[in-house]
Order: sequence, then C-alpha cells, then structure tokens
Amino acid sequence: MNLLGKLDWSAIPFNQPIIMGASGFMILGVVFVLALITFKGYWPYLWREWLTSVDHKRIGVMYCVLALVMMLRGFADAIMMRAQQAVAAGGAHGYLPPEHFDQIFSAHGTIMIFFMAMPFMIGLMNFAVPLQLGVRDVAFPTLNSVSLWLTASGILLVNISLVVGEFAKTGWVAYPPLSELQFSPGVGVDYYLWALQISGIGTLMTGINFVATILKMRAPGMGYMRMPVFCWTALATNLLIVAAFPVLTATFAMLLLDRYLGFHFFTLAGQGNQMMYVSLFWVWGHPEVYILVLPAFGIFSEVISTFSGKALFGYRSMVAATMAICILSFLVWLHHFFTMGATADVNGFFGVMTMIIAVPTGVKVFNWLFTMYGGRVRFTVPVLWSLGFMVTFVIGGMTGVLMAVPPADFQVHNSLFLVAHFHNVIIGGVVFGAMAGYNYWFPKAFGFRLDERWGRASFWCWLIGFYIAFMPLYVLGLMGMTRRMQHYDNLSWQPWLVAAAVGALVILAGIVCQIVQLIVSIRTREKHRDVTGDPWNGRTLEWSTASPPPAWNFAVLPHVTERDSYWSRKRSAKANAPATPRKYEPIEMPRNSPTGFINAFFAVVTGFALIWHIWWMAALGVFGALVTILFFTFRQQEEVEISAEQLAQFDRAHHTEVAI
Amino acid sequence: MTATHYDRAPGDRSRPAELPREASSGVLVYTIGLFLAAILTATSFWAANTSLLWPPGVPLGLAALAITQIGIHLVFFLHITSGPDSTNNVLALAFGVLIVALVIAGSLWIMTNLNENMMPSSELMNLHATTNRH
Amino acid sequence: MNIAVAADHFDAESLPRASEAGPAPKRVVVAYGFWIFLLSDIVMFSALFAGYAVLMHATAGGSTGAELFNQVSVAMETACLLASSYTCGLMSLAINSQRRHATYLGAVFTFALGAAFLALEIREFASMVALGATPERSAFLSAFFTLVGCHGLHVGIGLLWLTIMMAQLAIQGFRPIVERRLLCFSLFWHALDIIWVGLFTVVYLMGVSS
Repeated sequence: MNLLGKLDWSAIPFNQPIIMGASGFMILGVVFVLALITFKGYWPYLWREWLTSVDHKRIGVMYCVLALVMMLRGFADAIMMRAQQAVAAGGAHGYLPPEHFDQIFSAHGTIMIFFMAMPFMIGLMNFAVPLQLGVRDVAFPTLNSVSLWLTASGILLVNISLVVGEFAKTGWVAYPPLSELQFSPGVGVDYYLWALQISGIGTLMTGINFVATILKMRAPGMGYMRMPVFCWTALATNLLIVAAFPVLTATFAMLLLDRYLGFHFFTLAGQGNQMMYVSLFWVWGHPEVYILVLPAFGIFSEVISTFSGKALFGYRSMVAATMAICILSFLVWLHHFFTMGATADVNGFFGVMTMIIAVPTGVKVFNWLFTMYGGRVRFTVPVLWSLGFMVTFVIGGMTGVLMAVPPADFQVHNSLFLVAHFHNVIIGGVVFGAMAGYNYWFPKAFGFRLDERWGRASFWCWLIGFYIAFMPLYVLGLMGMTRRMQHYDNLSWQPWLVAAAVGALVILAGIVCQIVQLIVSIRTREKHRDVTGDPWNGRTLEWSTASPPPAWNFAVLPHVTERDSYWSRKRSAKANAPATPRKYEPIEMPRNSPTGFINAFFAVVTGFALIWHIWWMAALGVFGALVTILFFTFRQQEEVEISAEQLAQFDRAHHTEVAI
Repeated sequence: MTATHYDRAPGDRSRPAELPREASSGVLVYTIGLFLAAILTATSFWAANTSLLWPPGVPLGLAALAITQIGIHLVFFLHITSGPDSTNNVLALAFGVLIVALVIAGSLWIMTNLNENMMPSSELMNLHATTNRH
Repeated sequence: MNIAVAADHFDAESLPRASEAGPAPKRVVVAYGFWIFLLSDIVMFSALFAGYAVLMHATAGGSTGAELFNQVSVAMETACLLASSYTCGLMSLAINSQRRHATYLGAVFTFALGAAFLALEIREFASMVALGATPERSAFLSAFFTLVGCHGLHVGIGLLWLTIMMAQLAIQGFRPIVERRLLCFSLFWHALDIIWVGLFTVVYLMGVSS
C-alpha cells in the first residue's frame, strides 16, 4: 500500500522546459508576494481585514482580484495557442507538443469560464448588489466568505495541476468516452472535475445567498419595480445558478463515479450512454452563458443610464426581458449538439427556441440605444466599454442566430466559426461588461477614480485587438478549419492565423495598459480622489454613501419611494441644505470569521488527496472541514455591535469632507 | 413594528410575529397529512402489484398518485398555502418544479429520440467487434 | 359606515406591503434561503432521475429491476420515512412552543425511524450486491445505486445533523439561531420524504409494473 497514492516524483514534468519555466515563474511570483507581505508585516492586517472578512464589499473585491489574476493565466494560455497555430503549418510543427497543446486549450476554457468570468461577475454582484438594495450586507455573510474561499480552492487546484501532474486534455467540456478512465488514465481529468466540483459548491451557495438577499432584504420601500436593473439581472443570474449548477454537480458526480468506482454512466462498456453526458452538461452549459452575461447586461444598463443622465428607457421591458431569458435559457440546450443525430423535430424545436431567445436580448439593445438617444452622454471609460459591447455583441449574437439554424450549424459545427462566435459574445459581452463595471465601481470601492487616459488606451487596444484576433477565425471556420488543431497542413489558413496572433498581441497591449492604469491610478490617487462618494452623478443608492463605504454601508437604512431613488432625492433636496439631524441607533454587524478560509484549506487538501488517490488524506480533509463548520455553529456570539456614537462620528466626518 | 406585513418563512404556519407558542392544533394538521399520505402510498403499492387494472394505464396512475402525495406533503407538512404571505415561497417552488420538469422531460425526449434515430452505441461496439473478427 | 370598516380600511392603507417592508426578519430570510437550497437539491435529484430514466433499460444482459426489487422491503422503508416525517412535524410543534422534552422525544423517534430506513436500504443494497448486481455490472445498476444511494446519503446527513442539533439544544437552549436551524432541519427532512415519493414511484413501482 502506497501512502501517497499515485503521487511520486514523476508527477512533476521536469523534462518539459516550457511547463517548468511557467511553473517556476508562477512559484517565484507567489513566493515574492508572500515574502513581500511578510517583510512588510501585513499578515495581521490581511488576516483581520480581508482573509476573515465577511463584509460583502471586501469579498467582492477579493473575487475581482482572483478574476484579474486568473485572466492573466488564461490569457497566457491563449497567446501560447495563437503562437502555436500561427507557426505550425505544413512541415513546421511549432513549439508545443500535442499533449501539451491539449492541456493548454482545456485549461484556457476552464479558467476563463469558471475562474475568470464567473468570479468577476460574482465579485461585482457582491460589491454592488447590497449597496444598491440599500442594506448592510447579504443574507448570509459567513456563507459568502465560505463561497469565496471555495472558489479560491478550485483556482488553487487548477494552478497546482500546472506543477504537479497534468491538466485535462479533453477540452473544457470533458466529453466521455475520452474523459473516461479508459482513454484518460492520468490525473488531468480528475484535476478538472474536483476543481470544478469544489468551486461549484461555492458558486451554488453564492446563488442561494443572493436570491435570498434580493428577494428578502431590501431597503424599506424598495418594491420589486423600484429595484435597480443590475439587481434584477443579478436576481436572474442567481436563480440560474441555483437551477443549473446542481445539474453540473450531478453530471460530474456521475463521471467521477465512472472514473473512481467503475460505474457505467458514460462508458463504452456496460451499456453506458455517452450522449447523456453531453445533454446533461449543456443543461447546465447554456444557462451558464446567461449566468455570465446577464450581470453584464445589468452593468451596461446602470452605466448607460448614469452617463446619459437619463432614467433607463423601458425599465419594465428590461425586467421582463431579463426574466424571459432566465426561463428560456433552459429550453435551448440542444443547439450545442445539433449534429449528435436527433431527428428534425427535435433539432427544429431547439433551433426555433434559440432564435426566440434572441428577441429579449434585442429588446435590451434597443432599450440601451433609446436611453442614450437625447441624453447628454459623457464618454467616460465605462461608456466606451458599453459602446464597444453594443457593436461587438450584436455581431456575435447574429452569428449565434445563424448557427441556430440546424442545417447551417452542420456546416460550421466545431469549427473556428463557433470559436469566433462564442468569443465574440463572451469577450464582447462579459469581459467588456466586467471592465465597464470595474471602472464604474472602482471609485466606490477605494475612494479614487481610475486613470481615464490609460483606461481609454486599454479599451481601444482590447477592441481593435479583438477584431483582429477573432474576425479571421470566422473566415477560417468557413474555410473548414476545426477547433483545437495543434498542427495543420492547409497552408492557405496560415495568413489568417498569423493575423489572429497579431490580434492577440494587441489585446496583450490592452491588458498591459490596464495594469499600468491600476498602478498609475494608485500612485496618483490624491489627484483622482473622490470625497463626495458620488463621482459620476449616480442614480442608485450605492452612490449615496461614502467612498469607500463604511462596513455598515448605511448608518440609517434609506427609505425608497421611487425608482432611481438617489437621483430623485438629489433633485428634490435643496442644494447644500443642512442635513436634518439624524437619530442614530446602534446596529449589529456580523462578526468576522476564519471559517471560510480554514474550510478552503481543507477543501484543497481533500481535492488534492482525491485527485492522487491518497485516501487517508482525503478522509482527514473532510473531517477537518466538518470540524471547522461544527466549531463555527457552536460559537456564542454572531454579531458585534456598532454604537450610535461611532455611526454619528463617521457620518459627521463624511459630511465635513463633502462640504469642503 | 409588529404591524408590518412580512412574508412567511417556508415551513411556518404563520408569520414570525404570530408564531403560536402554546397551541397544539398543529397536531391535527400533521395527522391528517399522515393519514392521506399513507392512503395514497398504499394505493400506489396496490396499483403496482394488482392485475385488476389495465396495465398500460398503471404508470400514469402511479404518476398521478405520486404527484397528489407530493401535494399533500407540501400542504400538510410544509404548510404551503395560496395566501399572499407565502407567494414568494410558492413562486420559488414553481420555478423549481418547472426546471425539474424541463430537465427530466427534455433529457428523456432528446435521448429517446436519439436512440430511435441512431444506432445505440453498444450495438455500434458490437458492429466494430464483428467487423474486426472478419 | 361603521367604525370597524373604517378601521379596516385604515389598516390596509398604513401597512406597507411585504415587498416594501424593508429587510425581512431573520427567521424568514434563513428559512427562505434554505428553501432555495432545497430547490437546488431537488434539481440535482432531477438530473439523477433523468439519468436513471434514460439508462433504465440499459441492463447489459444483467438483472433487471423487476428481478431485483423487493416490494415488501420498499414498503417498509416508505412507512419508516413517512412516519419519521410525521414525528419530525410533531417535533417542530414542540419547538415552536419551546417544550424541551417533547422536542427530544420527537427527535428520538425521528432519528430511530430514519435510522431504520437507512438500515433497510443498506440491507437491500447488500442483498443486491450479494446477487452480483453491483453498480459495476451495468449502466442501469450504476444509475440505480447512484439515485437511491444519493437519497440515502441525504438521510444519513440528516441523521448527523439532527444529532448535532440536539447537542446544540442541550447546550444552548432555545436560542433563536437554534430554532432557525431546527426549522431548516424539518424542511430538509420533509423534502427528503417528498423526493422518496418520486423515488419509490419511478424506481420501484414503475420498474416492477412495466
């Protein structure tokens, strides 16, 4: 019996210079950051204020940091693939061996969807939703911290796979039978499955948390039709998370049972059914697309309405469109596998449903356009991202509707046309939305604005780079190039792939601009300081409190009487009239708790042990997590009291600052 | 403060402020529920094992009995009502039921259609085996 | 117009609707959150149900459900779970009126009946394995063991949870947070019974009658 399961020194790919280089770089980076924190003595502060924090704003910021870091990792994968495909034509074979190339495209997809786009959107929702609802925190603050750290556990496992062992070579969808033990005997698929199962639990709990928050915790007077649109889209997203993620968990559980205990759900032997995996995977997979893009729609709605100085056009139709998408997204999943062999009836039904779901999205685009029409639009960085989104996303949407026609889909299925399509909607929709939200809410989170010039530079690089990188892929798809090719013989493809690689480099410039923007903004923060808490002349409640907001968000919960309530309050208030003396009452805030962080430690231990079949360690990990939770549930004090005096003092200080 | 209308918590028979502290009238509700559920369960087991019924109709009847019993559980054990204070709970439940129906019916429709239209993979493997032997 | 009508009218006007009343009391928020979790759990079961329904006839030449299932054993399991749901209901009545001993009594019955269910299920699984009908045998058996086993796992977790809750009740008494957790537990337990209704109908009864 081996105490370390399948783990030994051969797990570390010493003979692969590229992987070892990347691993070395990553490890050096981590060591450098940890050393810096230790050297500067930041640990107590980090532990007290961030790692154990249950404050939704802090958790939101940490989600966004995770997402930004993982964007770098995922983008590194992307640029390696582009470089490989640009050179590996005809006699040349590029610099990446097939088994490494396969891991890179699998990791790229997994990371970008689960560990970049999802955390970014969840981070922004975490930060903004309670503030917009006018409440002090989410429904379950400690659970929120547990969710964050479980996501971080998944991220850590995926990054460990770079150094120890391998990642899946199956693509980010891991279709069986390729992902079964028979054809993928290594630990790659196990890394994929456990990382996603662990972070999936975190995502599910986030979904529950936010549904409860939005439906049960709103400021007095905020009826459903007075909620900001971002809260509505967040509600729809989280309903989708709650309804879709359990299906993914069940599907992955079946695949895990196949791989670990010899079950026959999707195997070739024992009458397993591989296509059932494909079907169940996309039952989750299609709603997932809307889980990502609906919050982005919400962000664009807020940004466009704020910077046009107008109320959102067609608020009710926006809400109706959002909820329609929420339901319809569960009726289209077969369009991901039209070519599987269903009859024309089935393909026809799902094709038509796919075309129908484009209608509410179209409604939204018109609403945004009509909001801008006749408004005084301020072309700030968030607005640029929104405009870029509208053009790009409409193109992506139209290619999507094109592929919703089953006979057309048969021509381009699994080709680069598809790859171009979904990058067109995910980059154009989700990434642009995340960037708009990042620039829009940054001053609220930190009290100073991001540098406009570098922000613009970043936007233009991203936009131009996107078109150079992905338009050629449409052409290549129509020329018959399938996705995930490590090498190809058709030399007429090469010029297009070289162009795509150039586009990726332009996007790289955009990412560099973003990093520079952040550094420049921090260095010149006094110049960009915003003391009013309302740098954009905002409309919703998050702008009515200080920037950064105090832990309790609002000393007195705001009373809402209409939509865009902060805007109408500003309109009706006599300018600079002395605020009526408020009566402060002490409030209770949830106590910080290390539960989430410690739980995540045990989750990583368990996941790692299961991947490498180290059973004793897995049992220990599960036991540790259980004890952690038990310990948490037996604590006596859940809350800390914040005195009325403290609240009054903060408010006075804020008002003085505003007056100056 | 108690004058405010709040929604009712799922599983509670009344709003938080009005929770009965002494009354045990709830026993009757649970007992009726148990009684009805037991009858329905017994009928289900009887229907599945009897030869008196028209066989093709049995699965449909079983499904109807199960759905009725789930309704009984919801009303008598989980106290779901049509009152305005549990609208939110019912809406969430309806959303869940819709998703469950879509997942199960959709999967069955897709997979049955596929199995009829395509050769099942197991037979495909047999085919491979036969061709290899030749 | 009499005074009562006028007072009623006044009442309805001054009370804000639930959607505008501000953050709901903690009991409502917690139970609602748990309600959402239960829905997600049922959606997870629906995926397992779908898997079972698709693979129901994929026996790969092995035993079918009709050959394996023991109706008497299933009927006993069903009775145990239904009765435990009832005692769990009585327990929540005792909790609402803060009667400690009645709560313990309800918990003991609920636990015993749940444990009996689990024991019967394990016995059933063991007898199937003894016949060579293991989950490795066919896709049908994989789906069967996963679906029924997942429900059994939930019951097991419920038993553990109930034990912990009784310990908390003994140590901390009827604190609001303990009451909220007990409310969640009863929701969980009733939901398991609802899933079992679908399960014995689809898996055992339909499996035998068709």
